[in-house]
Amino acid sequence: MSTPILSLTNISKRFTKPLDAAAKLANLVGATNREITVHAVDGVDLAIARGEVVGLVGESGCGKSTLGRVVAGIHAPSNGAMRWKDKDVATLTTTERKAQTLAIQMIFQDPMSSLNPRLRVADIVGEAPVVHGLTTKAEKEDYVDQMLTQVGLDPTYKRRYAHQFSGGQRARIGIARALAVKPEFLVCDESVAALDVSIQAQVLNLFMELRERLNLTYLFISHDLGVVQHISDRVVIMYLGRVVETAKTEELFARPNHPYTQALLANVPTLESRKKTFALIKGEIPSPINPPTGCHFHPRCPSATARCKAERPALKEMAPGHLSACHLNG
Amino acid sequence: MLPVLSVSNLKTHFFTRAGVVKSVDGISFDVNRGEVMGLVGESGSGKTVTGFSIMGLVDAPGRIVEGSIKLNGRELVGLPENEMRGFRGREVAMIFQDPMMTLNPVLRIDTQMMEAVLAHESVSKQEARTRARDALGKVGIPSPEERLSAYPHQFSGGMRQRVAIAIALLNKPSLIVCDEPTTALDVTIQSQILAEMQKLCAETGTALIWVTHDLTVVAGLADRLAVMYAGRIVESGGIDDVLDHPIHPYTFGLLGSVPSRGKRGEPLRQIPGSAPSLARLPEGCAFRPRCTFQTDACCEAPAAKDYPGGRMARCCHPLNATEKAA
Repeated sequence: MSTPILSLTNISKRFTKPLDAAAKLANLVGATNREITVHAVDGVDLAIARGEVVGLVGESGCGKSTLGRVVAGIHAPSNGAMRWKDKDVATLTTTERKAQTLAIQMIFQDPMSSLNPRLRVADIVGEAPVVHGLTTKAEKEDYVDQMLTQVGLDPTYKRRYAHQFSGGQRARIGIARALAVKPEFLVCDESVAALDVSIQAQVLNLFMELRERLNLTYLFISHDLGVVQHISDRVVIMYLGRVVETAKTEELFARPNHPYTQALLANVPTLESRKKTFALIKGEIPSPINPPTGCHFHPRCPSATARCKAERPALKEMAPGHLSACHLNG
Repeated sequence: MLPVLSVSNLKTHFFTRAGVVKSVDGISFDVNRGEVMGLVGESGSGKTVTGFSIMGLVDAPGRIVEGSIKLNGRELVGLPENEMRGFRGREVAMIFQDPMMTLNPVLRIDTQMMEAVLAHESVSKQEARTRARDALGKVGIPSPEERLSAYPHQFSGGMRQRVAIAIALLNKPSLIVCDEPTTALDVTIQSQILAEMQKLCAETGTALIWVTHDLTVVAGLADRLAVMYAGRIVESGGIDDVLDHPIHPYTFGLLGSVPSRGKRGEPLRQIPGSAPSLARLPEGCAFRPRCTFQTDACCEAPAAKDYPGGRMARCCHPLNATEKAA
């Protein structure tokens, strides 16, 4: 693999709820209130090559959105290093840092809550490129037209507000806004989850078309394995803040190694599986406030051993490019 | 055998200031004992209003303007509210999408469950509590006795949906209307719930109407499928027939929009445009503006036609099939 465009080394993100005054006071008289820490992302390594589409899959609360936000620069990581085009992001100069932030854009799940309801589409899309000098105030209108056409929206709608559009059109506005600052890398956080099937297909087609045309790299976050399988070159499976398996898409769907991945794949409903008996995976995803010891998956794993309870499994290479974190692999 | 539910030519319209919204506009279908019928459609296609109509839960400005809903032979349309209350919960129950909205946040689970039992039967409180506990156990909630005295917020999303299912099951109804009950849940939890529902239906012979926008979920669960578009059922039939050989171009388009194995990286076969507003439906076939097969013949509303294998479709240009000789 050539030098990755983005690489993460041992990235962690913890959220801590500090004690309030009452709890501190209670502690003085002998109570044992402690700060609550959520380990949202726990030591993730990930390298993404230019032009690659990486699908990030996991259930709610597994830290996939937090990881996406760390990559997009919305959250600073608590630990670990992020390299962008072979430079450590922490050591970038102010100008370099600005260029890097612009180059990574994020598209959010709910376009209604991520688009300003009081701005017209022309301003939602056109504000950032003017501020960052990609266009001038005088040429803004033309620039916005160009961006809207690119995502398949009629530029004559640019005087409208976000609420005057349908869900699919709003998703397109969100994409146009991200593309307006000429990014190289897009973080898509559940960007098609709220859409109807027929609209979802339109937006997925748009994503694939834009990738070809603009040579974009995607980190595509989704809980929907069908969508991820369709669009990604490589899939990363997360469970409770950790990466449990990563492989090329065909490889992962053909030969899942980790018991969690296997269970997940067995549970995905598809058009082909009719009248099937649904396989059971026991229990639910545990709380990230108090994660299980050792392998996080052991309380739900059908083949857990004593070692799984005690020791955290490391990611091991099973086949070229196929990594899995499970003690069963020896 | 008499079907559990028989809906014929049901029309539920909403009389709003912007005009009459024909959410459900002349739909007919039967559901047999122990059968799972999938009701699929995109947002605004009228699938939820169909469920509400069956439950007698349509509020003003909406009302059922025409048609009949027969449950075990009894007509439900036009039934006075006090008689409808006797049916609702006892013979037909509904499970909603968001269990946080359907469970009362300030009452304990046991209070809510016992209430549902005592509303329909005169049994002792102790007996009602035992039934509630058994129902919780049946839907796979660990240590049901202790969980009975918990509040809804103390349950996770999947567990809350199980409680909602347990409440629906309490009075052993002959029909349960499930309105997207697994949409908000994770894949592994979704399949736990689907497995429970499958098992319970097989054990008790309860019929299910499974309302969803997700074709992949009904593919694994339903016996029969009805596809709704703009207030009408545009196609119905056995699950394998409809999914493998769709007759209506809309069904064909929907199936092409689902990402699935073997299509990786290829552009999906998308349906152009988006669903029309129900207040301003196009003349004739509502799908016409988005359809690739449309001709002048589509300007008149197509009638429901029967096809071999107990199938129905409303289309002037059917795919994959020849019309059954009348």
